[in-house]
Amino acid sequence: MSTRIPVNLVLENVEKRAQGDVHIHSVTMKLVPGEITVLLGATQAGKTTLMRLMAGLEAPTSGKIFVDERDVTGVSVARRDVAMVYQQFINYPTKTVAENIASPLRIARKDNIDRAVRDVAERLGIEQYLQRFPGELSGGQQQRVALARALAKNASLLLLDEPLVNLDYKLREALRIEFATLLGGRDSTVVYATTEPSEALLLGGYTAVLEKGRLLQYGPAQDVFRAPKDINVAAAMSDPPLNVIELDVLGNEHRFVREISSVLERAPSDRTTIAVRAYNLHLTPRPGDLGIHAAVVADEFTGADTLLRVTSEIGPLVVQCSGVHRIASGTQIELYLAPREIYVFARDGRTLLYPTGEPA
Amino acid sequence: MAKIELKLAHTYSTAADPSPEDYALVQLDLTFEQGGAYALLGPSGCGKSTMLNIISGLLRPSQGRVLFDGKDVTLLKPSERNIAQVFQFPVVYDTMTVGQNLAFPLRTRRIEPRKIDARVSLIAEILGLSSDLNLVAANLPADMKQKISLGRGLVRDDVAAVLLDEPLTVIDPLLKWQLRQKLKEVHRELNVTLVYVTHDQVEAMSFADKVIVMSHGKVLQVGTPEELFEDPHHTFVGTFVGSPGMNFVEVQVRGGELFKGDNLIGTAPDLVKGETSSALKLGVRPEHVAIVADQTGVEAKLKRIQSLGGYHLLTVDLYGQEIFVRTDRADSLSEPDAPLRVDMLGPYTRFFKNDVKLPLGGHL
Repeated sequence: MSTRIPVNLVLENVEKRAQGDVHIHSVTMKLVPGEITVLLGATQAGKTTLMRLMAGLEAPTSGKIFVDERDVTGVSVARRDVAMVYQQFINYPTKTVAENIASPLRIARKDNIDRAVRDVAERLGIEQYLQRFPGELSGGQQQRVALARALAKNASLLLLDEPLVNLDYKLREALRIEFATLLGGRDSTVVYATTEPSEALLLGGYTAVLEKGRLLQYGPAQDVFRAPKDINVAAAMSDPPLNVIELDVLGNEHRFVREISSVLERAPSDRTTIAVRAYNLHLTPRPGDLGIHAAVVADEFTGADTLLRVTSEIGPLVVQCSGVHRIASGTQIELYLAPREIYVFARDGRTLLYPTGEPA
Repeated sequence: MAKIELKLAHTYSTAADPSPEDYALVQLDLTFEQGGAYALLGPSGCGKSTMLNIISGLLRPSQGRVLFDGKDVTLLKPSERNIAQVFQFPVVYDTMTVGQNLAFPLRTRRIEPRKIDARVSLIAEILGLSSDLNLVAANLPADMKQKISLGRGLVRDDVAAVLLDEPLTVIDPLLKWQLRQKLKEVHRELNVTLVYVTHDQVEAMSFADKVIVMSHGKVLQVGTPEELFEDPHHTFVGTFVGSPGMNFVEVQVRGGELFKGDNLIGTAPDLVKGETSSALKLGVRPEHVAIVADQTGVEAKLKRIQSLGGYHLLTVDLYGQEIFVRTDRADSLSEPDAPLRVDMLGPYTRFFKNDVKLPLGGHL
């Protein structure tokens, strides 16, 4: 079996420019060996570019990349121990599934190839297709073959670039739940790019939030989720969209503003922005909750949750509640919110003021 | 605007006597009411695209008829059917402005200019494109281009229906949400029949008044989103709708009690008291499995907790089978492999025999 140790990858002031455009703005990050790091960001945020830099498929314009404390800046991918899985699954069409999975092992002249192929195929639930050709399989099965090949290679760095994006919803759902187990606790350092905050949360590990080529925040997924350093990170970690309320629009005398005074203690009076996640607004009160008067604009059942769009005394809001709730447009409702679930940002959302320190 | 009726079956096979497996669409009788918002939901290969192509006229069904407002259009070509289509990827003329793109389907039909302007500004307003009408399409981001595509599909007021084939595939999650809202507004304001094809339950459920769930060429259930969630008629619907889908546990009834193998699940509800079938399944959604603190319920083991912010997803081992439980309180459940007790029998528990809900076609 493998004696591989997960790679210790460090990016130091890595920048990538092309044709006058800056694709990556001076990123410094140290991947945690043996853990999953999720690169979370919208399309064009720089996720793929950053991965290509990590893999050695591209060289940075400036800055340095270290692997196990060795400077590998400019060392090509062929000379690094990297496996990559792309959005578009890539398999050898004329080779069987077993041969596809075995190919990196044959190149590396490994022993016990059949056994290794069978092991990884079983983990991914494709052992019954080993003698078939990729073209005979469904999209989800083909992507599992590509993933199995990458896992079989047992590289010290495994990069996955939105590997589920082209799969059916149900397959995506099943695989993203399994991935936490499949990819975690292994002897590879794993980097996983996605546009979906729920994937970052399900995979756990570490999350790096990217926006327009900048690294906004990097840390354990739950920390980034609970204590976003600014409103852009909070928004990137929210689906459905974050509710943002500009307090100076409401004014200091507004009932709601007075009632949340306890969480505003540290906030300067100028341009304070608060944010509330859609599922922190409830239809039934719990002890200590604040009430917000609202009227329903539209209800939207999304398959397991209901999203309510409402107008309220503090502006338009989106509310997410579990299960089916049909509420006619125009109905007056009361929403409930725990003050400790409010995020307070200063100066147009640039700094998180509340909660401070460890979340309650 | 039209009511669309499909009474047909389709096989791509040219054999004189095709076998049942050769049918891309099994015999169906479906009505799309005028002004309804419908979603065709199913995995790839379920027949939803075949159905869409039969409505648009790109494909002629091998047997049966297509009716628009009672009139047989089975033999009519797509251009004669007056259908607008929106595809997975934007179809936009890059050299034209946003406004010219929106006007294009009207201009080719020689609509008078004043009417074109009125219609284009209405559609632009609904889609939030009013201030972008003079921008050239070429350099716009993908979501803007797809909005234009939607606009082009919706701009004619004389179409029988607008067919949307996975129109939000290329859109980022947050923008998807906004565009879904836009589509719903469009539907409310324009009273147009919309048929939306997708494999994504979130899109289907949030968009449609009625969802048609398909698998292997068969329509398994036509229902409102709540009906599909709370009362799936088939195990496939239970699995495909919901996130994650319904848990199914094979059960047997012995002496008025419900067993999974040798393990007691609880008292058998009246519905299944006399059931001797070996193909009986209990179905309960992750949201409806209760974690109980007392000695009621069934003993199980916690395998994994995944926190999604609004709720926790628990993977639980129930007598050797993994089931999912969704809960918003998991504070006391931090240890993997910790024992816990779950109640599988509640008001939303359903029973299925040979994958079809009991009682057949009725309610509990």
